[in-house]
Amino acid sequence: MTELSASPGPPPDAEPDASQDSRGSSSKDTGAQLLRTDGLTKHFKIGNALSQRTLHAVDDVSLSVGRREIVALAGESGSGKSTIARLLAKVFKPTSGEIYFEGKPIASDRSRADQLRYSGLAPMVFQDPFASINPVFRVSHGVMRGLKLHRPELSKQEQHDEAIRVFDVVGLTPATDVLQRYPHELSGGQRQRVGFAQALAMRPKLIIADEPVSMLDVSIRVGLLNLMVKLRDEEDVSILYITHDLASARYVADRLVIMYAAMLAESGPMEEVLTRPKHPYTQLLLSAAPDPRAPLNVSAETDKGEPPKVIDPTPGCRFRWRCPLAIEICHTVTPRMETLGPGHEVACHVAQSGAEVKAF
Amino acid sequence: MSSRAAEPQLEPGLAARPGSILDVRDLSVEYLLESGVVLAVDQVSFSVKESEFVAIVGESGCGKSTLLFAIAQLLSPPAEITSGSVVFRGRNMVDLTDSALAAIRWKDLSVVMQSAMNALNPVKSIGAQFKDAMRAHGTTSMEEIEARSAEVLRMVGIDPVHLKSYPHQLSGGMRQRSMIAMALLFTPELVIMDEPTSALDVVAQRSLMVQIKELQERLGFAVIFVTHDMSLVSHFSDNLMVMYAGQVAELGPTQRVFGSPAHPYTVGLMDAFPSIRGPRRSLKGIPGHPPDLARPPFGCRFAPRCPKVMARCTAEPPALYQVDGIEVRCFLFDPNAPAGPAGEGSTP
Repeated sequence: MTELSASPGPPPDAEPDASQDSRGSSSKDTGAQLLRTDGLTKHFKIGNALSQRTLHAVDDVSLSVGRREIVALAGESGSGKSTIARLLAKVFKPTSGEIYFEGKPIASDRSRADQLRYSGLAPMVFQDPFASINPVFRVSHGVMRGLKLHRPELSKQEQHDEAIRVFDVVGLTPATDVLQRYPHELSGGQRQRVGFAQALAMRPKLIIADEPVSMLDVSIRVGLLNLMVKLRDEEDVSILYITHDLASARYVADRLVIMYAAMLAESGPMEEVLTRPKHPYTQLLLSAAPDPRAPLNVSAETDKGEPPKVIDPTPGCRFRWRCPLAIEICHTVTPRMETLGPGHEVACHVAQSGAEVKAF
Repeated sequence: MSSRAAEPQLEPGLAARPGSILDVRDLSVEYLLESGVVLAVDQVSFSVKESEFVAIVGESGCGKSTLLFAIAQLLSPPAEITSGSVVFRGRNMVDLTDSALAAIRWKDLSVVMQSAMNALNPVKSIGAQFKDAMRAHGTTSMEEIEARSAEVLRMVGIDPVHLKSYPHQLSGGMRQRSMIAMALLFTPELVIMDEPTSALDVVAQRSLMVQIKELQERLGFAVIFVTHDMSLVSHFSDNLMVMYAGQVAELGPTQRVFGSPAHPYTVGLMDAFPSIRGPRRSLKGIPGHPPDLARPPFGCRFAPRCPKVMARCTAEPPALYQVDGIEVRCFLFDPNAPAGPAGEGSTP
């Protein structure tokens, strides 16, 4: 359960990436951990009294987010990434495992003040900008509520000034005008910016962004991705970016964590994982990403892409049914994350045996 | 609306080519709302040849789904076809009666909807739904129905035992596959697909695209494929139509459009999605957002977001110009432009 103790926080982006160009070289001082989960597990009971079964939504996940770092958590739908977001936002209580924020377990927050403090430091931005903002209030409502609740020390005027400041930061200008509008007067991209402004008003250290751009049009998405980079570089906010789109993950994130069937499959510095993917599932994902700039890769066309349901799983690698490289041990022993490169961890028996993995 | 009168009639380009099975000509669809008229599809013309794969891309609200529904004659009030024709194998679908349409639908032209979960009947097994479709078109022999149902399921890579399964028992990918199987029951000449892969994961998505392409090449049906994700169709479609604000912005062979996009909107779209390969570079996206079709901007509808906007763009609507085998709605390509393609480049 405590596999993380072997590697307390891989220094993300050990070598500053030369290809990072103008989008900020923030990766220098991210060594200090902001958030760490240790063996995080969430099981749901399903079925009726006669057939009690357990759905494993998240199994033994140990991941970390450094300061001023964007970590992308990627995987197919049903792999458990949104459950992790909800565990971090304290919507669900973990079945087992612990979440540490700034070194302190959040389960030890007993008082309402402590709980408020945490939810202000680690707010969430949701996937659907049409459902996550109350349509009957002006958009200033959500921001002002957050300010009243989380920063009561500010005067009315200061709260108003702060609302204008965060709207300016997320690019909703002129802020005084936009604050007075109703959600239906804004486009999807603008609404999602309101979501980020609401989070930002609480002076967060970590924003948990659950698929924040997947419902937006392609032409709008990049603007939001750029905003996330700006928040990291200028507002010193870390972001856990949950996505199924590896290309956008690469565009914003410093580190990549791949999930498969409720468990971590691979994690490491972004370019390291993308150029040297060691887990067969990561390789499958990379080969399937649509890319008009590259020739079509149909080598994996036999893979029907059916994600597994993780109900009462037996030991063994959960990718073994789809993996062309599966060996005997894969059917009996669940692979653990092991460090196989600079900050690069992989949960694959074949890769851990030192063999070259080229599955897809 | 006003822009339609100003639009000059075009000589046929890619539209109305010989050997086409579907000819859409000057098709306009309006939503008649209490608050006013929304022109969702504005004089769209294109054609589909036998066994051709035509992709239509555009942002949400650009009219691409409305166009599909208009082609299949599935619009319901307040949407209405206000002008134009949809000629499918020599017959204008717009003028056909419901009973005449019923004979064509599914037999010659079938539709795969975006969300299979909503399009399939949740209280009937897959097999029962296949049976319904075949009976409605006069196949009564149970043996024939069962044999054909099993055959089409096998075609899309699903074990025929799933004829007894209900939609909720299948995964998202399998539901979409069985929708496609259902669309192929009568080997139609044209299959219309409205974002069939958008609910799927990348791996399932790519696998489904490869399969659609294979089936299409094997069975020879034509496909109209609507999507918001341009990168998805780059390897699969023959022709690509980019829609913006209810109009055709650019139309041409896919490789041509991807290789050298002409319309500033297409250029912007190409530059809006990051890549997982090559050097990481900063992207800009397209500033602003698509216009409200109830109040489209005068002149070129893309002008407010266009990096190459000229004085002329806000003064008059551009026509679709024919340039080297593609059609593009932008003054930069107006052969009669006074200042040549470079334009004056002035920003208002």
